[in-house]
Amino acid sequence: MSDRDHRPEEFSDLDDSAPGEERINEQELAGGLLGYALGFGLAILLTLASFVAAQSGVIYQPAIISALVVLAIAQMGVHLVFFIHLTTGPDNTNNVLALAFGVFIVVLVVLGSVWIMTHLNHNMMPMNGIQMQ
Amino acid sequence: MSAVSGALPGAISPGRPDPHRLGHGSGHGHGATGHGEGGPASKFVTVAYGFWIFLLSDIIMFSAFFAAYAVLAKEIAGGPAGRDLFELPRVAIQTGLLLTSSFTCGLGSLASHRRDMVWTQIWLLVTGILGAAFLILEVQEFAGMIEEGAGPSRSAFLSAFFALVGCHGLHVGMGLLWLGTMIAQLWVKGFRADILRRLQCFNLFWHALDIIWIAIFTLVYLLGASP
Repeated sequence: MSDRDHRPEEFSDLDDSAPGEERINEQELAGGLLGYALGFGLAILLTLASFVAAQSGVIYQPAIISALVVLAIAQMGVHLVFFIHLTTGPDNTNNVLALAFGVFIVVLVVLGSVWIMTHLNHNMMPMNGIQMQ
Repeated sequence: MSAVSGALPGAISPGRPDPHRLGHGSGHGHGATGHGEGGPASKFVTVAYGFWIFLLSDIIMFSAFFAAYAVLAKEIAGGPAGRDLFELPRVAIQTGLLLTSSFTCGLGSLASHRRDMVWTQIWLLVTGILGAAFLILEVQEFAGMIEEGAGPSRSAFLSAFFALVGCHGLHVGMGLLWLGTMIAQLWVKGFRADILRRLQCFNLFWHALDIIWIAIFTLVYLLGASP
C-alpha cells in the first residue's frame, strides 16, 4: 500500500490506466527514459529497414509490398508499446479493446475497398477485350 | 494449500505484491475490477480515454483517405507517376524529424512527471521546432509539385495524394498551434491538474500523428517510388 500513497495524484486510480499514462516507470522495460530510448532506437532501425527494403534489390521485387507492410506494422507496435505505453495488463483492457475495434474498422475499410475495386476492374476487362477484337 | 503452492516452481514470490491485486477486488472500492462498484474512474483517466476514442475515430477517417489512395494510385491519367515526383531523401529527413519530435515529446512528458518546468518547456519547444521543420519540408514539396504542373487537379492519383498527405500535414499544423497553446498555458498556470490532462492528450495526439506518418511514408512514398 505504501507505494500507492507516494504516487502523484494522477496515478491514484489503480484500476484503469489512461492511454499514454507514464505508469510503468519503475520495473518495466517499456517505462521511463530507457523505454523511450529503446523505442526510438527500434523505430530508427525499422525505418532504415523499410528504406533499404524498398530501394535496394535485397528483397525479391513482388515481395517488397509485404515486407514494407510488415515493417510498418512492427513500427506501429513499437510506438504503441514504448511511446503510448499500451500494455496487456488489466488496467489497460479498455484502451486495448478500443484500439482493437479501431483497427478492425480500419482493416475493413482499406482491405474492403481494395478488394472490391480490384474485382470491379477485373470484371470490366471484357470491355477492353471487345474493343481490341 | 500453502504447501501445494510452495511446491510450484513458478510461484509468485511474496516479496513483490501484484500491483493490480488480481482476484482481490478493486483499488478504489470493494468490488472486483470492472464491476463498477468502486465508482467512476478518475478524471485523468476518463479525459485521456475520451481523447483516445477521438484519436481512433480520426485514424478511421484517415483509413478512408488511405483506401481512396490505394484505389486511385495507378490512375495517373497520362501525368506524372509517384516515381517521377517523390524525392526519397526529403521523405527520409521528414521521417527523421517527426520520429525525433515524437521522442522529445515523450521526454517532455517524463519531465512533466518530475514537475520540472524548465525541461518540460525545453522538450516541448524542441518538439515544436522539429514539427515546424517537417511542415516546411512538406509545404516545399507541395509547392514544387504544383509548380511542375503536378497539382491536385492533374490526375486522380494526385488528388488522392494531396488529400491524404495534406490531411496529415493539416493535423501537424493544428498540433503545432495546440503545442504553442500548451507552452503558454504551462508557463502561466503551472502544473495544474487540468493542464496536465491537456498535456497528456497532446502527447497522445502527437504520437498518433507519427503512427499515421509511418503508414504514409511506407505505403505512399516508398511503395510509390519503388521501381
